[in-house]
Amino acid sequence: MAGRNKWISLGVLALLIALLPLFFPSGYYYRVGALIFVNALSVVGLVILIGYAGQISLGHAGFAGIGAYACALAPEHLGLHPALAVLLGAVVSGVMAALIGKPILRLKGYYLAVATLGFGILVSMVLTNERALTGGPDGMNVADLGLRDLLRDMGWRLSGGEFWYMICGVVLLIGAWLALNLFDSPSGRAMRALHGSEVAAATVGVDVPRQKLRAFVISAVYASVAGSLLALQNGYITPDVAGFMHSVEMVTMAVLGGVGSVLGATFGAAILTLLPQVLTVFAEYEQLVLGLVMVLVMIFLPQGLLPSIARRLRGRGE
Amino acid sequence: MSLLDVQSLGISFGGLKAVDDVSFRVAPGEIVSVIGPNGAGKTTLFNMISGVYQPGRGSVTLNGTEVTGIAPNRLAEMGLSRTFQNLQIFQEMTVLDNVLAGYHLSERGSVWADLLSLPGMKRRAAQARAGARKLLERVRLDKAAEQIAGNLSYGALKRLEIARALALNPKILLLDEPAAGCNAVETEEIDHLIAELAASGIAILLVEHDMKLVMRISNHIVVLDHGEKIAEGDPATVSRDPAVIAAYLGTEEEEPAHADG
Repeated sequence: MAGRNKWISLGVLALLIALLPLFFPSGYYYRVGALIFVNALSVVGLVILIGYAGQISLGHAGFAGIGAYACALAPEHLGLHPALAVLLGAVVSGVMAALIGKPILRLKGYYLAVATLGFGILVSMVLTNERALTGGPDGMNVADLGLRDLLRDMGWRLSGGEFWYMICGVVLLIGAWLALNLFDSPSGRAMRALHGSEVAAATVGVDVPRQKLRAFVISAVYASVAGSLLALQNGYITPDVAGFMHSVEMVTMAVLGGVGSVLGATFGAAILTLLPQVLTVFAEYEQLVLGLVMVLVMIFLPQGLLPSIARRLRGRGE
Repeated sequence: MSLLDVQSLGISFGGLKAVDDVSFRVAPGEIVSVIGPNGAGKTTLFNMISGVYQPGRGSVTLNGTEVTGIAPNRLAEMGLSRTFQNLQIFQEMTVLDNVLAGYHLSERGSVWADLLSLPGMKRRAAQARAGARKLLERVRLDKAAEQIAGNLSYGALKRLEIARALALNPKILLLDEPAAGCNAVETEEIDHLIAELAASGIAILLVEHDMKLVMRISNHIVVLDHGEKIAEGDPATVSRDPAVIAAYLGTEEEEPAHADG
């Protein structure tokens, strides 16, 4: 059952990524698509943390910041290839998550939310204030990945938009595959179990703090890789990537799409990335409409968009 | 030799002694019941033995090792398993996944194997799945395996919790009111199941309000009142004990006081 669902979810996602460009009216939409995939990647990480393990974080943009600035700083100061800088960022984020997660994951609910919020603000302050290193609020340039030139030399010419659409799409697919594997694995079951009842999970032998920490570290690595991809495709990065608003955006995407499902989270990321683009016609009312949409979804479809729609369709089918 | 040895166990909540100086033993294959009026401290006693509460006084020894106050997941590794009075089901998970969670200790491995869905993980999970299906058959929930647990009836969830607790392949099983809210047929099924488990060598520690069930299946009964052990012995002895009768029915001296109050 669960095994079949995994391949259906991955298949749907792969088809969407492969076929959507057929409907793109202009090259600009590749950029939007790549942005959706990057956002979706960090949201899939949050599905593991929030949806599987039931823990909240309002500071995950901090890890995106670490991933982004690893790509900006490591090639310049350490002479690392940008691709290795992505890995370095992921390792640093994972270690950071393990260090801060250990004490703060003992907290529950809104206490945990505030503690993670503090971490996110800390990262964003460091990035903003260490002007000598990061260029401060103005941000800094990010070296090119170099892969596109390599492909061109091999005779495969891609525009920047097409290239990043492809890279981010593939990374999102890998991220989704890993998350779906985890769902139906011993660790994933342990995470979902502690989400349901920590006491019962502990009495069946689940090391609750350890499993929470696992979910936290894994989701931090997702956010970090997403931050790296964002930095690399834009060629430029500012501390906003680690800002509080970015953390809130991630959680909102996850909850809006349906925090229990990988596909739903991707859907949420797509909607919240696209809406501001569409709503530009409302000019100054953009934020208002966006807020209204979110409030309405939470009132009428509290499980999130995709799971609620799926449930309704299934209900009609029976 | 006893499998579980509880010595002078006690705990206080804000100055109130919820459980005080309780001692008893459970041997492999033995069914020991803890009975007493509501609020006597039975579930508190269970929570101390299973590591959910830190005992204030006394000791718990499991299979010769002192385990007082150690974490529930460590106790699970040592062969202690339990169910809960007020169900602790993983509501959002399927019935099968609930039982599979009970196989955590035998199916867990490296997180990399889980993320990459490596063959080793699949093999361990497949073994757990086969075991879980058998357990579901045993508690007659095999047809509901793919349903979300939260949709099941109360009696079915009681049986699901027992199946999950059995998934650990425990040496000792703590059952907290397994028959509460069950009808006569279901109670009889649970009765048979407990007897079978004890016959297979599992030590059973039972809290139950259904006195007929308790008297029928227990080898040994411990009676608590106001957190203290007021009697223990075989069912016949305990049911004739004046202190037990007084605790359940109220003593004659108490009656006028109630009338006046």
